[in-house]
Amino acid sequence: MNAADTGFILICAALVMFMTPGLALFYGGMVRAKNVLGTVMHSMVILGVVSIVWAVIGYTLSFGSDIGGLIGGMDFFGLNGVGVEPKAGVDNLPHLAFMIFQCMFAVITPALITGAFAERIKFTGFLLFTILWVIFVYSPMCHWVWGGGWLAGLGALDFAGGAVVHMSSAASALACAIYLGKRSGYGKQPFMPHNLPLTVLGAAILWFGWFGFNAGSALAANGLAASAFTTTHMAAAAAAIGWMVVEWIHRGKPTTLGFVSGAVAGLVAITPAAGFVTVMPAIVIGLLAGGICYGGVLLKHLFGYDDSLDVVGIHGLGGTWGALATGLFATKTVNELGNNGLFFGNPGQLWIQFISVVATWAFCFVMTMILLKVVDVVTGIRVSSEDENKGLDVSQHSEVGYQL
Amino acid sequence: MKKIEVITRPYKLDEVKEALTTAGIKGMTVSEVKGFGRQRGHTEVYRGAEYQVDFVPKVKIELVVEDALAAEIIKTIQNAARTGEVGDGKIFVSHIEDVVRIRTGETGNAAV
Repeated sequence: MNAADTGFILICAALVMFMTPGLALFYGGMVRAKNVLGTVMHSMVILGVVSIVWAVIGYTLSFGSDIGGLIGGMDFFGLNGVGVEPKAGVDNLPHLAFMIFQCMFAVITPALITGAFAERIKFTGFLLFTILWVIFVYSPMCHWVWGGGWLAGLGALDFAGGAVVHMSSAASALACAIYLGKRSGYGKQPFMPHNLPLTVLGAAILWFGWFGFNAGSALAANGLAASAFTTTHMAAAAAAIGWMVVEWIHRGKPTTLGFVSGAVAGLVAITPAAGFVTVMPAIVIGLLAGGICYGGVLLKHLFGYDDSLDVVGIHGLGGTWGALATGLFATKTVNELGNNGLFFGNPGQLWIQFISVVATWAFCFVMTMILLKVVDVVTGIRVSSEDENKGLDVSQHSEVGYQL
Repeated sequence: MKKIEVITRPYKLDEVKEALTTAGIKGMTVSEVKGFGRQRGHTEVYRGAEYQVDFVPKVKIELVVEDALAAEIIKTIQNAARTGEVGDGKIFVSHIEDVVRIRTGETGNAAV
């Protein structure tokens, strides 16, 4: 065991925890005033509920002993055997430190999805959906990539969650947007963010917390953590600028929402690559992510689904680009446990990354559709149109965000 | 008596109020309103999606004056509120039948 590593990972876990309330503000500012608490609550309640689900069963399904490459066994059910001694294979950390770090990832991932169904989901249905989603979608995905499952066996590279966190949430977000349908009045009334300073604050907290997310994925206080920290920051900076410039050209003005959306897009895109690439490729990944995700948010108008807060455009396209870019720019000079990408003489890696992209999108989309159907039958998933017009704050929680 | 309704730019409110009190006007009613005239509104852009915002914030100032003062007061307001750009607003003038001061029961010019 290593005290420095342990201290570093516990602080990283705390940083990642802070991303979820950051996300609550990021999303909360983008909805209309009557839905601000409902939207903030989506993230906050996940921090409560998913943490418990994770401790009871999510962790063991993700990191328990491998069953056919598909799922973890029940060895750590109820955190049985997860204590202050190291986990096999991660001998520098107390098992609990590793578990709680992973717990924060399991929390923020379903919270990301909430951007897709903001302003129209029923709270009971949302809760049931989230619990089922962590068990049936997140845990298998996590096992496949990080728990010794089949994607790990294939050699797919995903440093901090391009597939596990961003593509999985985005594919599920797409399913949710399609299943729930558009918000009432979509396309006829303007749906404008009610408080962009809140969104900017939320984005800043995400950027800050992301250092724990990506640097912490080195699982040690070492050079790789420093490298991942740096690539993360530079990609975010480049993507914020990239989005701003593209929007400036396309719409004539650089917007605040565009700048911070770009930063998040860059953070998403560098996530799978953070511990496998050097800094200049990270800047390239970020710059392109800004433009790609700007195009991504326009897709919903083209295809006619209502992804309220652009989870598909930003996390979906950003995560996909990042996963593929890992197959292009990865180099063993950064991380011996990684592999070389196409530009370092190993074209096979890009193919493996491509398989991981397709598998993630297909599995998460289909499983989510099934879960939505089940939840719809059990509790109902969409609020009545009267409740939707009143707003989720009053109709679901009997409170309002602003007494003005 | 005449009722004068002024719809103008919010930031011109203080100047108009100063000019009117200097001209001897003792009371007025102000409300925050939204609307558009030939100026129309403005465009807002969120993540590349454009929204046309037609209703722009304005203030409405209402006051009632004696017939004899109306023309001068209207001139005062126009001078204070004018910038020369589109969106300066409008002044509506209408005839008032009677005014009653609730506290004393006075009517007509005495109640203005």
